[in-house]
Amino acid sequence: MAHDAPTIAETLRRQGISRRGFLKFCATTASLMALPPSMVPAIAAALEKARRPSVIWLSFQECTGCTESLTRSHTPSIEGLILEQISLDYHHTLQAASGEAAEAAREAAMRENHGKYLLVVDGSIPLGNAGYSTIAGISNLDMLKETAAGAAAVIAVGSCAAYGGLPAALPNPTGAVPVSAIIKDKPVMNVPGCPPIPVVITGVLAHFLTFAALPELDDRGRPKVFYGESIHDRCYRRPFYDQGKFAETFDDEGARKGWCLFKLGCKGPVTYNACATTKWNQGVSFPIQSGHGCIGCSEPGFWDMGPLYKPLSMPIAPVQMMVGAAAAGGAIAGTAMAMRNRAAKKAAQAAHQKVTVDDLEKAK
Amino acid sequence: MPSTDSGAEHGNALPILNEIRHALARLLESGETSVIDLGALPMGPQDEAELLAALGEGEVEATINAGGPSSVRETAFHGVWLLTHRNEAGETLARFIEIAFVPELLMSQAEDVADSAAALAKKLGQAQNG
Ligand code: SF4
Ligand code: SF4
Repeated sequence: MAHDAPTIAETLRRQGISRRGFLKFCATTASLMALPPSMVPAIAAALEKARRPSVIWLSFQECTGCTESLTRSHTPSIEGLILEQISLDYHHTLQAASGEAAEAAREAAMRENHGKYLLVVDGSIPLGNAGYSTIAGISNLDMLKETAAGAAAVIAVGSCAAYGGLPAALPNPTGAVPVSAIIKDKPVMNVPGCPPIPVVITGVLAHFLTFAALPELDDRGRPKVFYGESIHDRCYRRPFYDQGKFAETFDDEGARKGWCLFKLGCKGPVTYNACATTKWNQGVSFPIQSGHGCIGCSEPGFWDMGPLYKPLSMPIAPVQMMVGAAAAGGAIAGTAMAMRNRAAKKAAQAAHQKVTVDDLEKAK
Repeated sequence: MPSTDSGAEHGNALPILNEIRHALARLLESGETSVIDLGALPMGPQDEAELLAALGEGEVEATINAGGPSSVRETAFHGVWLLTHRNEAGETLARFIEIAFVPELLMSQAEDVADSAAALAKKLGQAQNG
């Protein structure tokens, strides 16, 4: 049935969209996918052949923030992209069906599009006790394995699915792990962020839609087009960093002049994301433009990275070193590992700090 | 609470103006056109205004109505065009600076011309028969 479906170019043409309109669509799609304008002819050629892919979206231990982010994306509109150009066959938050009917829709989509559908996951997977998170009585682990088996590729959306995120923050009570810890035999792309930028989510979906493949990934499984450079590399305040002009408090002369926020704890230099150029809220602004440093939400383990307002050059919580030491001795027997984990948890508790107004003051 | 920096000058417009200068030289030498995606560049609140002010307004202005309105405007520098693509709801989808004698999207496309030729022939045929 799927092979009879019209291509995306044919669908647009049937809707009375001219070649010129199609080229405009290709140009905006290139921009959305963060590809250079010189790629427009390649995108046009690919869309001539592309057909609506089937998408199954699974939500595990998550806060629905990533889905919220997706539904706020404007380019193209959620209606345009998701409902017209991709076939979202299962998403338990967005679909009308629930319970058995919803599971039946998932199974039907898996059967009909075996080997070709795209699986999107938000949320982490608890390995501690299956009962921590289930859908229709099926554990997250079983549902992920079962659904990934027939997928062409898996996209882990959000820091939870990509790295474990908040559920995996120390002491990780549910034993939360990311998708990549479970799925080893399929391409898995990480789209981290808490949440990821809306148009980055639609951008990677558009890439799959256009080229029937994932974009080029870096060594952490992230699409290079969106995560290839740090916030710091693309920050419009960078000229001030280079001149050594820093805001010392949130309301001093430097802050008003838009100087660099490094001394106020900006994590831009160690954070890879597209915020500085793609921005948020339809390209209106991003945290640094609103006067607050980057908190590094798209980096692994960001919840345990130490106080938000402590400058990067100052030593951060010792727990990082403990975890690092445990990870370095990867071959250590289970018990030794568990002891180290316990030590790391203790250190985390000891190092835990509440951020108060005083801390903000002390940041200078 | 939001401490924005609307008054700051960050100087991020300058490199783009230089890029445009090189693109104009390429256009004259070899006819090669260039497109710059404004959404892919680091820009602060003042930078974009600075860039647009520096480019100014030129002689040509056009609107393309295809999948929503797109505005095409030549800047005060001949051959430097500002394109803003919007969807049907009027939301901005993407903004480009195109360095070309005529922006690609202003030209009629061969596929559309072929469709039109066939449509016109059909219309005339119907008129003669009817
Ligand atoms: S504000 Fe942050 S990201 Fe921007 S230049 Fe300063 S340290 Fe780098
Ligand atoms: S600026 Fe930093 S903390 Fe904020 S959303 Fe972007 S990556 Fe996350």
